[in-house]
Amino acid sequence: MDDVFSIAGVELASRLILGTGGAPSLHVIDETLAASGTSMCTVAMRRVDPTTSGTILDVIDRHGVRILPNTAGCRTAREAVRTAQLAREALETDWVKLEVVADERTLLPDPIELLDAAESLVAQGFQVLPYTNDDPVLARRLQQAGCVAVMPLGSPIGTGLGISNPHNIEMIVAEASVPVILDAGIGTASDAALAMELGCDAVLLASAVTRAQDPVAMAEAMALAVRAGRLARTSGRIPKRFHAQASSPTEGMAVL
Amino acid sequence: MSESVVVVGAGVIGTAVAWRCAQRGLSVTLLDPAPERGAWHAAAGMLAPITELHYTETPLLHLNLDSLTRYPSFAAELSEEAGQPVGFRECGTVVVAWDGADLAALQDLHAFGARLGVESSLVTGRELRALEPALAAGLPGGLLAPGDHQVDPRLLHAALLEAGRRRGVTYVPSGASVVGDASRVTGVRTDDGTVISAAHVVIAAGCWSGAISGVPAAAVAAVRPVKGQTLRLRLPGEPVLRHVLRGAVKGTPIYLVPREDGQIVVGASSEEAGYDVQPRAGAVYELLRDAQSLLPELSEAVLEDVSTGLRPGSPDNAPLVGASGVAGLIHATGHFRNGILLTPVTADGIASLVATGELPDVLQPFAPTRFSPAEVPA
Repeated sequence: MDDVFSIAGVELASRLILGTGGAPSLHVIDETLAASGTSMCTVAMRRVDPTTSGTILDVIDRHGVRILPNTAGCRTAREAVRTAQLAREALETDWVKLEVVADERTLLPDPIELLDAAESLVAQGFQVLPYTNDDPVLARRLQQAGCVAVMPLGSPIGTGLGISNPHNIEMIVAEASVPVILDAGIGTASDAALAMELGCDAVLLASAVTRAQDPVAMAEAMALAVRAGRLARTSGRIPKRFHAQASSPTEGMAVL
Repeated sequence: MSESVVVVGAGVIGTAVAWRCAQRGLSVTLLDPAPERGAWHAAAGMLAPITELHYTETPLLHLNLDSLTRYPSFAAELSEEAGQPVGFRECGTVVVAWDGADLAALQDLHAFGARLGVESSLVTGRELRALEPALAAGLPGGLLAPGDHQVDPRLLHAALLEAGRRRGVTYVPSGASVVGDASRVTGVRTDDGTVISAAHVVIAAGCWSGAISGVPAAAVAAVRPVKGQTLRLRLPGEPVLRHVLRGAVKGTPIYLVPREDGQIVVGASSEEAGYDVQPRAGAVYELLRDAQSLLPELSEAVLEDVSTGLRPGSPDNAPLVGASGVAGLIHATGHFRNGILLTPVTADGIASLVATGELPDVLQPFAPTRFSPAEVPA
């Protein structure tokens, strides 16, 4: 059966989206993209020069992977909007992963600046994918503002702490009218699988792969985890029971 | 007549190749319109194969270690021939962790290094303070790498130019385009149109190596500029650091390299910003913030210099050394973070290749032709 994942009407073959921050070399990114099977990769516009050849943008292009520019490093709505505009000019895409963080200690999204920036960018015709707190109300407001996806964090960027409030993620999923992409906090494969089991449409991760000792093998692990989690989500898991229930029936057993 | 060599680029790699070739009796011409643009000018000069070990870069470790073993005699010979110091200091390196997660990462890296046979030892927070009393209080621990040293790249470069001059290297302050066809390179053309014929043309132009005109498409070097910023500070009185100090502050790498004369070099940012060399305020702030968090006294230092350089990055972070695939054209570039460390092995290897046709075994894995055409800048 078809299990199509699409954002703003664009189908993406993989539910794993990669970030490249922290990768040790272009060669590793190259192999990681292949091992992950990803179809979209996000790049910090503040950390790459689109006019130079031989950079990460060329590596991603070569794989036929869609580039999702992001506004990492921005602290105000004004900065984020400007960065998105530069990305649109340089990369000729209306898509932007909107990131507006409050401070460098937590790197948590600033909800007020984020919503301001989202409204402004939507009005300018951008397809906005906001990196947001795991706050169901903020996620709702971002959808009302016209964002084409919401990207709640599992835990703060780079912590690898996994999904610290699974119930909030479930609540965001339950009322979402756009794809929900778990973004930030993934440490290992089981975190990615859990995100998918909770009903997220996709997972975005960077450090968990780029800073792993063997990034290429970890990329493959994440691809498998996302696929496993998605299959489990759509396969109808069994209810949790307090008492045991034997998997083999006991009726009709021979009396020996 | 002796066989002729043209070296394009007078950074540390180019000047060292020129010097080593001249020592072998070759006739050497060295071209560069502005040698001070070289990455060496900003580089701190850490000679640190052990504390520069990365999980995905083990082939590079062996090359780095080989070059480090060449350094003592290389530095002594160079200093003698040039009649000036090069600032080589066998001071060892201390790596400190800022918090528990940084320490855990350092312990993992130590275990990885131990499996590869490199020499380093974990130290506790108290032992750290004994090694370096000026360190911030309360750091959880670190690592001592007694074999990782330093050299002063600015002294090194001046000595290499002078030693080359004394050996008869002809220096031409000009850019160069390569002369020849798709199958053979026969020399270079300078900015004023003069053609210099040579049996061997060595491209040692750092991050500009992939942008030299006339290089046949099949032999274009896969390098790109990676901007790095360093600061030079000075504290009054006795030197405060005995070792090179490195650390990860909440995951961000930082180093402090103490010179003999009391100057401390702090670095380095790593930015994919094209050929831009303007200092960026945020990079200076982050370097000072992280350096002070390890060495509080630094807040009182005089900020003497902000330098920006462009590292020649390659797709796998390892250098491109050896035959380019086109006759007469050799690459000695793409040294990325390790140009100063890899200067001796690169210069020795290229001089050997030019003089005898043989590239030493240790350099074989770093053939410029190892990248697919798609990885080479268009």
